[in-house]
Amino acid sequence: MKQARRKKIAQFLGFFLLRAGLTLVLAILLLFLYDIGRKGGGTISWEFLSQAPRKGMTEGGIFPAIFGTFLVTLITAILAVPLGMCAAIYLNEYATQGRLTRLIRLSIRNLSGVPSIVYGLFGVILFVNIMRFGTSVLSAGLTLGLMTLPWTITASEEALKTVPNSYREGALALGATKWQSIRTNVLPYAVPGMLTGTVLGLARAAGETAPILFTGAAFFLPYLPKSLGDQFMALPYHLYIMATQHHQIEQVRPIAYGTALVLIVLVLGMNMTAVVIRYRLRRKRR
Amino acid sequence: MRKWASLEESVIRAFFLTCGILAVLVLVGIFATLLSTAVPAFKEIHLSEFLLKKNWDPTSPEKAEYGILSMIVSTLMVTGGALLLAVPIGIGVAAYLSDVAHWRVREIVKPIVEILAGIPSVVVGFLGIVLFGPAIAKIFHIGNGLNAVNGSVLLAIMSLPTIISISEDALNAVPQAYGEASLALGASRWQTLFRVKVPAALSGIIAACMLGMGRAIGETMTVLMATGNARAFPHGFLSSVRTMTANVAIELGEVPYDTTHYYALFAIGLVLFVMTFIVNLVADVILRKYQEREQ
Amino acid sequence: MKKTIMSTITTLALLSSILLAAPAKKMIQVKGSYTMVNLVQILAEEYMTKNPGAAIAVLGGGSGTGITGLINQTCDIADHSREWKQKEIDQAWEKGVTPRFFIIAVDGLSIVVNEKNPIERLTLAQVGAIYRGEIKNWKTLGAYDKPVSLYGRQSNSGTYTFMQEFVLGNKNFSMDTKEMNGNAQIIESILQDEGAVGYVGVGYLYDQTGKIRKGLKVLNISKTPDGEAYAPTDKAAIDSGKYPISRPLYQATNGKPNADAARFIAWETGPEGQAIVEREGFFAISPAHKAQNDKNLK
Repeated sequence: MKQARRKKIAQFLGFFLLRAGLTLVLAILLLFLYDIGRKGGGTISWEFLSQAPRKGMTEGGIFPAIFGTFLVTLITAILAVPLGMCAAIYLNEYATQGRLTRLIRLSIRNLSGVPSIVYGLFGVILFVNIMRFGTSVLSAGLTLGLMTLPWTITASEEALKTVPNSYREGALALGATKWQSIRTNVLPYAVPGMLTGTVLGLARAAGETAPILFTGAAFFLPYLPKSLGDQFMALPYHLYIMATQHHQIEQVRPIAYGTALVLIVLVLGMNMTAVVIRYRLRRKRR
Repeated sequence: MRKWASLEESVIRAFFLTCGILAVLVLVGIFATLLSTAVPAFKEIHLSEFLLKKNWDPTSPEKAEYGILSMIVSTLMVTGGALLLAVPIGIGVAAYLSDVAHWRVREIVKPIVEILAGIPSVVVGFLGIVLFGPAIAKIFHIGNGLNAVNGSVLLAIMSLPTIISISEDALNAVPQAYGEASLALGASRWQTLFRVKVPAALSGIIAACMLGMGRAIGETMTVLMATGNARAFPHGFLSSVRTMTANVAIELGEVPYDTTHYYALFAIGLVLFVMTFIVNLVADVILRKYQEREQ
Repeated sequence: MKKTIMSTITTLALLSSILLAAPAKKMIQVKGSYTMVNLVQILAEEYMTKNPGAAIAVLGGGSGTGITGLINQTCDIADHSREWKQKEIDQAWEKGVTPRFFIIAVDGLSIVVNEKNPIERLTLAQVGAIYRGEIKNWKTLGAYDKPVSLYGRQSNSGTYTFMQEFVLGNKNFSMDTKEMNGNAQIIESILQDEGAVGYVGVGYLYDQTGKIRKGLKVLNISKTPDGEAYAPTDKAAIDSGKYPISRPLYQATNGKPNADAARFIAWETGPEGQAIVEREGFFAISPAHKAQNDKNLK
């Protein structure tokens, strides 16, 4: 009996500990969002979102940084989304078990673990130096694109896997070619999932700093980038310099908080969009 | 007609194949680029000196030194500290979610954990400066909270989502019969969870921790902003440290092209690449073995 | 579904082609010193409001970055808070770049500690010994019993190089120096850390109201143990050279600056620009500097 009681106490304590762990994780997240929301919320205004920094970046807004992040994410998307989807289609629909397929999969899994700063180094050599794009929107976007590629491939493949095999077989049995069967019977069902995965990947890319540090992000620019060969301001980099470089600490701290808030809202907003896309497209089909 | 269709078919196939192969090319390309840019560094630096000497001072007016041991140790220290915090909490939360929590709680908590994963690293670093730094300085009665502890705490937070979600998958994959058998023998739910299920899912959990570790080793902005960046060999967890990633981020912008210093930074990148590659590969092998056994 | 995808792709393609096709506007690129980046940015901003149509982009990166940028011809003007090293001049000549220098402001490098620290003055040699890691406790210098905690800048900073050359006697910095990402982080750390010592440009001492930041103590520095010590905020001591670690802040161009850059530099070093320099806490250039600048502009 005594043993049974001890067992019960152990279980009670154990579960209590686990609950405490979970509470801690949630508390940390809440603390993050609360701190940034409270201190950044006051800074947000239409002016802050729509104007360029003024007075040595102690006043005005962060529009160029928002625009720059948007632009660079666009380039990232142009590189990573189609390529990622196509690679996933190959892997899931065409590839046969073999050495090449194994090699491709192994590469993709390892690519997603390569540190972002290493992508930055790679971008400096390949895009800035060898391809002579210089430090520019293009170099930064392509660097981020390569970084996002493994994520979009993995996510797209997951989506393709959820399409039942009977769909493919149905089309093939009616005499359709492989591509026809994919186009008509697989893709329509997989695309929502693919989009969701890619948008999640893009959200992560939009928040990255290390890869754009040396490939194109600028401290301050008086104009928005006019071409893909220009440098740009970006939200994460702006937050970095506002937090560490600017000498009017008291004056720019609210701006830093505001930038952090905008960045978080942007990234989480993209995450939400992804989920909404999935939900709506699924419902439409029904 | 039929011929055309099959031609079209093979063209499309080839196109998709090219896309797939590109992934391999990128990986090989990154490795080749790092290697070819890093190799010239070793014309002037001995490999043993590079890896085993403590002092890094490429712009020294006395004698340029290129030892990265302090940075390797710093990286491992910050990562180790992060795992020390994140692994128990991560496994605990995963166990709670998979076995104890009501399904409604799980449905709510899982997306929230994913939100945590979505917070950009520069924001975490910023909070390290404004929130955790001052708090750590106060708790330990030291002048400055920008040190290894700060980095470890932040990296722990960043690697938690990875550890939680993959561990939970592993725990969920444990056959129900295991748990049922254990409960039938009179074990409590707690005993079943930690003596039966967790050991059964151990390889998956280890893989989760390795992936979390890979993320922590490669993280740049957070440690750059929060660890103080002193070049000295770390004296302890309360001293400022400089990790390999932070060093590259700090110095690459400044360094003139095609100098030993420039090449040496790429050599650090190479070391990082190899380290994370090994960690991820091991995690991968463990996970695959595990999945095969499941099937 | 397909339509949505197609239209998205078309939009993206159109948008990117517009972006690619738009010709890049001629912009003056200024790159370099973090000590100067805030100052030059404000100068550029005011210059552009007065001269609509002018376009100046100001980038940080550190003096070394600016100089490298000018050598590699990725910028038009390099900001630097230290002089060029011989090696850099050689590299420039090799690439056909012939730098011309302009002094746009004068800085008194300031040694700062936490306000609780009782110490008031240091000799140049003492500052050097502190940063070489030879003095480990403030007690040694007759102040309170607190371990010295060193704050500095990264090796790409001109301030770092200047300190190393003129204060440390070309010796290595102590490895325990916490290398901060920017002057702001140094100041912020010193406000918290009672054992701290840091070095920053004089412009970083002031808060937005133009007063020395609260919680900060600026040390007076003397050349010799018996010599008189001066503050970096003392204009007369800077002008006369009695403050031992004052330095000019430079801009460099490749050869004779082009018309746009020349107009900007002339404005910066003229009365309007110099008023801003003083407002931002740095010191205006001397007539001798001005004469030299004017010669280089032609």
